[in-house]
Formats: sequence, structure tokens, C-alpha cells
Amino acid sequence: MAENFVPTVLQDAINWAQKYSLFTYPFATACCAMEFMATMGGRYDIARFGAEFPRFSPRQADLLIVIGTITERQAPVLRRVYDQMIDPKWVMAFGVCASTGGFYQNYTVTPGADQVIPVDVYVPGCPPRPEQVLDGLMALQRRIQDHRGHVQREIGATATVTLRDRRHLPILQDGTSMTLEPHERMPKDGRVR
Amino acid sequence: MARHVLERLDATMRHAIVESGSHVGDEIVVARREHLLELLEHVRDDPALDFKMLTDLTVVDYLGQVPRFEVVYQLYSLGHKHRLRVKVRVDEEPAECWVPSATGLWKAANWAEREAWDLYGVRFEGHPDLRRILMYDEFVGFPLRKDYPQNGRQPLVRRPDAPSTDDQTTRLLERSHDRRISG
Repeated sequence: MAENFVPTVLQDAINWAQKYSLFTYPFATACCAMEFMATMGGRYDIARFGAEFPRFSPRQADLLIVIGTITERQAPVLRRVYDQMIDPKWVMAFGVCASTGGFYQNYTVTPGADQVIPVDVYVPGCPPRPEQVLDGLMALQRRIQDHRGHVQREIGATATVTLRDRRHLPILQDGTSMTLEPHERMPKDGRVR
Repeated sequence: MARHVLERLDATMRHAIVESGSHVGDEIVVARREHLLELLEHVRDDPALDFKMLTDLTVVDYLGQVPRFEVVYQLYSLGHKHRLRVKVRVDEEPAECWVPSATGLWKAANWAEREAWDLYGVRFEGHPDLRRILMYDEFVGFPLRKDYPQNGRQPLVRRPDAPSTDDQTTRLLERSHDRRISG
């Protein structure tokens, strides 16, 4: 027991230091960013939780805050930003769009940032109030202090979905054009003949 | 509002017009495709009409009607402060689904025509650079067509263990969408 005491206390100290010095990377894409600004401002003051220092390079950040809607076109960019961050790193989904896609049920919006990167804390709301964000941040800090690791773990590498293995799109009942005819497809060179 | 625009067009460009009329204060002209550029150039250059500005260019999908698409040009005269809406009807057949490009008349048509092509698949013959503008190159199909499935996501990247999105809400939405098309 005695030989475990020192490493445990040391780990506790490291966890304590980590949870009060989260360098945030705000991946702000939409209107939730306004509420993030309010959270950073003097009234709510995220600095009280030691996370007031936004780093606009993912290599210097350890908390990625996904603030706003992630479109399918932007998802590879988010994935790349996450991959560039150095361990230990955490992810907060800020607002319903980042959590589930929100009310965008369509062809263009990714249904949640967790389709692309693992997420540790979901903060619902459209947009969430600063109190909710601080609550989510404290939940993450408790997790860091308890050394419980990530909520979601990645199994295997994230693959880029290619045209070939993409699931076939549903065919409509009346059999009208699903706009998939080869001559209708966008040519690779982008030119229309 | 600007009935004299229609009267003048009826007098000078009769052969290019399928029908014309006013609706809630807006003047609308439906043009023949073979005379579309002639008509557009005329309304731009005639001093009494003077439609120097192309406000917007959009497409409407009337699924089930023949012809299926309508390309809509929203024009505005900065000098006379009057507006005109020019429409062209386009068939769904891929060989026929095109209109001549208006980029030679208004530079504003460039990106608007790329967007119309991207989302509706209406080709603009003579466009200098007709590529997708909003969707990515890997995207298949034209997402704003009424027969494109509502949840027809074509992801570029996914985690292998991503949470399932095949939830009840999605299924309900898909079913209501299918009903709207077949009914």
C-alpha cells in the first residue's frame, strides 16, 4: 500500500493540474460561437475554471470544443484538426448541432460530431446557455480528476468513405430518376461536355 | 407595378414569349428557350427596360409536371427601379435538361448557374466553368431535386464505431418524404 501511495498522489496532482489548465481550441462554425463568447466574457468567465486560454493551433490545445453545425463537407477538416492535437486531449460537443446534427435532418449536415471524432461531453441547447457550458466543463473536469479516461474510444482508424464502398442510396418507390444515371454524374474533371 | 414592361415586351419580343402576366405585384414572363438569350439581352439593353442587374437565378422542381423544371431569372433595373421575373421551362430528360448560359450578359450569373447545376442538375450551355460549387466533387446526384431522399447523406469521413443514426426520427422523416412523392 505504501508503494502505491506516492504514484497515486502524484497522479492526482497531475490530474488536478490538467483539469485546471485546459487549453481550448474553439472549432466555431455557427451561431453557438456567440454563446461561447459570452461564456468567455467577464459575466460567466470561463477563466474561473482554468480554460480561458484559446489556442488557435490544434497542436497547442488539449480541449477541442466543436461549436456549431458540422457539414459533411467540413467533417474531414474537423477530423484533421482532431488528429493534429496531442494527447491527452478531450472533445466537447457544444450545442445540439455538434451533438446530433440538431434539426438538420438532410443530405448536407453530419448527424453529430461524434460521427467523425470521439466526443467526451455533450452540451445540449440551441444554443446552450453559458451555465450549461460551464456545467459540461465541470463534468469533464470531474472525469479528468477521477482519471476515468474518455467516454468514447476509437476502435481502429477512421476511414475515408470512398465512392466505391458508400452504401447504395435508396431507390424511390415510383422508380423515377434517383439522379444516379452515369451520364448525369459530375465528370471528374468538373467539365460538362 | 411595372405593367408597361410587359406591354413593351409583348410589342417587341412576342416571338420569344410563351406567356406573361402579373402575380401579387410581380411581372412574370415565360420565355422560349431558343429565344431566351435574345430576350434577356433585349431587356438588358433596351433603355426603357434597362434590367442591368441579375438579382438571382434559381431553379424550381415541379416533380410530376411536364416539363419538370423552371429556371427563374430575377431581374432589377437600377435606373427605373422596376423588376421582372423571367422563367424558362426545362424538361427532365438529361439530353434536354439545359438552358443557355447568361454569363455573357451578367457576370453575376456565373456562380448562380454553378449552384443551380450543383443542386438541380440543370446544365448551362456555354458556361465557362460549370463545376459544383456547394457540394463536394464526390457527391452523386442533385440534392435539391424533389426525388432526392431527404436523408441521402453521402459522408466523406466516418468513425468505424460511430453512433448509429438510424433512429426513429430518421425513419419517420423518410417515410413521410416517400409518401409525399408517390402520393
